[in-house]
Amino acid sequence: MAGPLLDIRNLSVHYRTPRGDIKALRQVNLAIPPGQIVGVVGESGCGKSTLISAVLRLMSPNARVAEGRIGFKDQDLLVLSEARMRALRGKEISIVFQDPMQAHNPVLTIGRQMADIQYRDGTSEPEKRRRAAAMLGQVGIPDPELRLDQYPHEFSGGMRQRIAIAMALMARPALLIADEPTTALDATLEVQVIHKLKALQADYGCSILFISHHLGVIAELCDEVVVMYAGEVVEQGSVRDLFHAPQHPYTRRLLECDPGRIKERTRTLPTIPGEVPDLAALPRGCVFRERCTDAIERCATEHPAWRTLSDGHHAACHVAGQAADTKQ
Amino acid sequence: MTDLLEIDDLKVRFPVGGGFLSSLGVGPAPSIEAVAGVSLRVKHGETYAIVGESGSGKTTLARAVAGLLTAQEGSIRFQGVELRGLPESQFRPLRRHMAMMFQDPVGSLSPRLTIKYLITEPYRIQGLKDRDLETEARRLLDMVGLSAEFAARYPYQLSGGQARRVGVARALALDPKLILADEPTAGLDVSVQGELLNLLSDLRDRLGVAMMVITHNLNVVRHIADRVGIMYLGRLVEEGPTETVFANPKHPYTLALLAANPEPDPDAVLDRIELKGEPPSLLSRPAACEFHTRCPFVQDNCAVDTPAWQAVEPDHHHRCHWPRS
Repeated sequence: MAGPLLDIRNLSVHYRTPRGDIKALRQVNLAIPPGQIVGVVGESGCGKSTLISAVLRLMSPNARVAEGRIGFKDQDLLVLSEARMRALRGKEISIVFQDPMQAHNPVLTIGRQMADIQYRDGTSEPEKRRRAAAMLGQVGIPDPELRLDQYPHEFSGGMRQRIAIAMALMARPALLIADEPTTALDATLEVQVIHKLKALQADYGCSILFISHHLGVIAELCDEVVVMYAGEVVEQGSVRDLFHAPQHPYTRRLLECDPGRIKERTRTLPTIPGEVPDLAALPRGCVFRERCTDAIERCATEHPAWRTLSDGHHAACHVAGQAADTKQ
Repeated sequence: MTDLLEIDDLKVRFPVGGGFLSSLGVGPAPSIEAVAGVSLRVKHGETYAIVGESGSGKTTLARAVAGLLTAQEGSIRFQGVELRGLPESQFRPLRRHMAMMFQDPVGSLSPRLTIKYLITEPYRIQGLKDRDLETEARRLLDMVGLSAEFAARYPYQLSGGQARRVGVARALALDPKLILADEPTAGLDVSVQGELLNLLSDLRDRLGVAMMVITHNLNVVRHIADRVGIMYLGRLVEEGPTETVFANPKHPYTLALLAANPEPDPDAVLDRIELKGEPPSLLSRPAACEFHTRCPFVQDNCAVDTPAWQAVEPDHHHRCHWPRS
């Protein structure tokens, strides 16, 4: 296939509320090449979840796509019929959610649930069971045959998240969306899940859209990183470009803030002073201007365009690429 | 002088679905030991962090200290007074000096009450009628860096970081000696995380309040804790000054936890320690050293002899037959 697997162009999503429209996503561009892991970072409220729900077309009733297209395998997901969309979900695009404790049905065995999601395949029950066991084995659950007959509560949190990954990959989707899949796990289990995800991605050749606000996890897992702020994509680039030569002031501040980067114990950790702007009453110009230490006059009046800084490295900022290296 | 909080050999058990006989009161009721003999001290003005994976008993321990759960064995002394078995009427005045910050910042604030009402509620509960609640609300909001306008707001109008600050303000209302903070930064973005940690260290310096912080985020521990205790299956496996434990971990579990912490650098060279298998169930605890089923350095005697709690230095302890050097 030529071109990206998922190609989001100029996507804007608004939520209707009594206070007026909340512009949760504005002109978002995001491309996921086949077989790549793309991470999305950003603070809560930056539009990560709206982005996922738009791709799956599972948006809340008061949400409205104001403009844009979501290209997936040369079709626009936003104009597909609901029947076609249903056929796509779980088969071509699947998702792993944040909370492994609530992802499974508590009153059905894991084996039953894993057989049920193969309903499209038309294979026999024993065959479905055999595939379910094989898949459990792949995500590193010991004695898969026996464990198929157990209920979700009989598994640990890390195992449940790996089972959720197994189930999401069962239909061999082209795109896996992982929404903060390791937030609920401690460090040792987090690493286990990341490694498993990386190995499975290599085996299956699918693309992964990985949402997280844990920068360490993104650095370890992803090929590409997309940085979002207040409903906009502000920077995108390879994981090395992003972590070693970040260009957008927001990306730089975010990296500086990560306590994981600061090895020496400090009295005061760096923060980003100020607040995220109100998405119902956006300021003119750049959305990050109020909190930006590099802002120039132009930033107050003119919304920065999406620019290519170097091959595969883009940012929406008037000053990006100029004063860049002085801070690093 | 006695320490502010002294916990000795504390055990908290939860009954689990017993069979028919135990429902008749015949035979022992099956239970799991979520906290299985923890002893620790929190000194005046000190920040003590408890680290461990989910299910290791961290939250249960904090709740037992706050009197929200009943401990079956052991002792909890706060300002020298034994809390276990203390009737509620005598516990309540002591609880003034001990405040809890809960894990879910918005969920722990009643949605129908204003912030002013919520942060001054401790005065009503303690029956302190002499205070001017208006002034107190302003003072508390100011302490946690929120403007006075927040007094009139409702919890749904707060961001995650602001809700945490309100949680801190409420915890500070009665000038406590000890704050029990359960996952104070869970779910917060890195920039907001920094703000909250700065606020907590600042309050500790200004007010001299001691803190017991429950977390699984090692970055949090490194920046705010004076001492750290590592918990596994309801027991401490290592304890010491934060810098010592980070620089020179003795227990293999501590080592694995520290090595697992993902680095925000794609080219970081990581020396990971792979743990075998899964955390065991509390219903079937491994014999002897409870970590031996997952330990990468396991030896023959680990499955046979229970390791003792031993000192490397006077204030650095661990529970391992084969400590790392």
